[in-house]
Amino acid sequence: MVTLNHYLILSGLLFCVGTAGVFLRRNLITVLLSVEIMLNAVNITFVAAGRYHGSVDGQIITFFVMTVAAAEAAVGLALVIALFRHRETLSPDAFTSLKW
Amino acid sequence: MEQIVFYVLAAVALLASFGVIGQRNPMHSVMLLIVSFGAYAGLYVLLDAPFTAVTQIIIYAGAIMVLFLFVVMLLNAHTEDDMVPATIGPRTMKIGVVLSLALVGEVAYALLKIARTDFGTDAGTVSSIKDVGHIGSMLYTSYSFAFEVTSILILVSMVGAVVIAGKPRKDR
Repeated sequence: MVTLNHYLILSGLLFCVGTAGVFLRRNLITVLLSVEIMLNAVNITFVAAGRYHGSVDGQIITFFVMTVAAAEAAVGLALVIALFRHRETLSPDAFTSLKW
Repeated sequence: MEQIVFYVLAAVALLASFGVIGQRNPMHSVMLLIVSFGAYAGLYVLLDAPFTAVTQIIIYAGAIMVLFLFVVMLLNAHTEDDMVPATIGPRTMKIGVVLSLALVGEVAYALLKIARTDFGTDAGTVSSIKDVGHIGSMLYTSYSFAFEVTSILILVSMVGAVVIAGKPRKDR
């Protein structure tokens, strides 16, 4: 029998993987992908909790999270393109000055 | 049966996510993330949320990941990866690993506190949360304000993306 706990533990593990990616990687695109992993891990919690309470609210919030994730990806990738144009690299360490 | 499917999908999602953060080539990372999203869609089907499963495939795997792929290919990021090390230096790496493991510990501690909670199997509730029509009517009645705000957010981010990534002006 699969319980709510299974989904919560899976979601927690996936969130930790995403956080580790943000901490450890040195590539702006991979960092953005790790943020997507974290957003999706939270989505699983929402849908599982909605299923547990027998309401569709969890699915609706997931829908909004997806829209926000799409907006975040669009703006984030635009920033990556603009930064790459200036420095020709994707390493976050190259972008330490506030003004040049 | 349900248990086997859950464990297989969970394993695929986790291993693909580990692959995403372990890959040197961003192209492979994006592909692995799409695999992971396929497993998520399966989990949503197990949770009686077919609408979310379909949006996961169409919006995430179909639209957002294609955007990532386009940027990876546009920047030729998979060829210049050798110049910089893929991960941060060894000392900061240790701090990152410690912080991540601390988060794992916190989440595990919190999750072990909750009692075992089974999902309800009432047929009426299950069919009501599966119903896409119900989700749609909720979205346009109780959540209509949030829905409209979302449309403005999308418009703003679209304009913002074009302005930020657009051609730099010559007069600056």
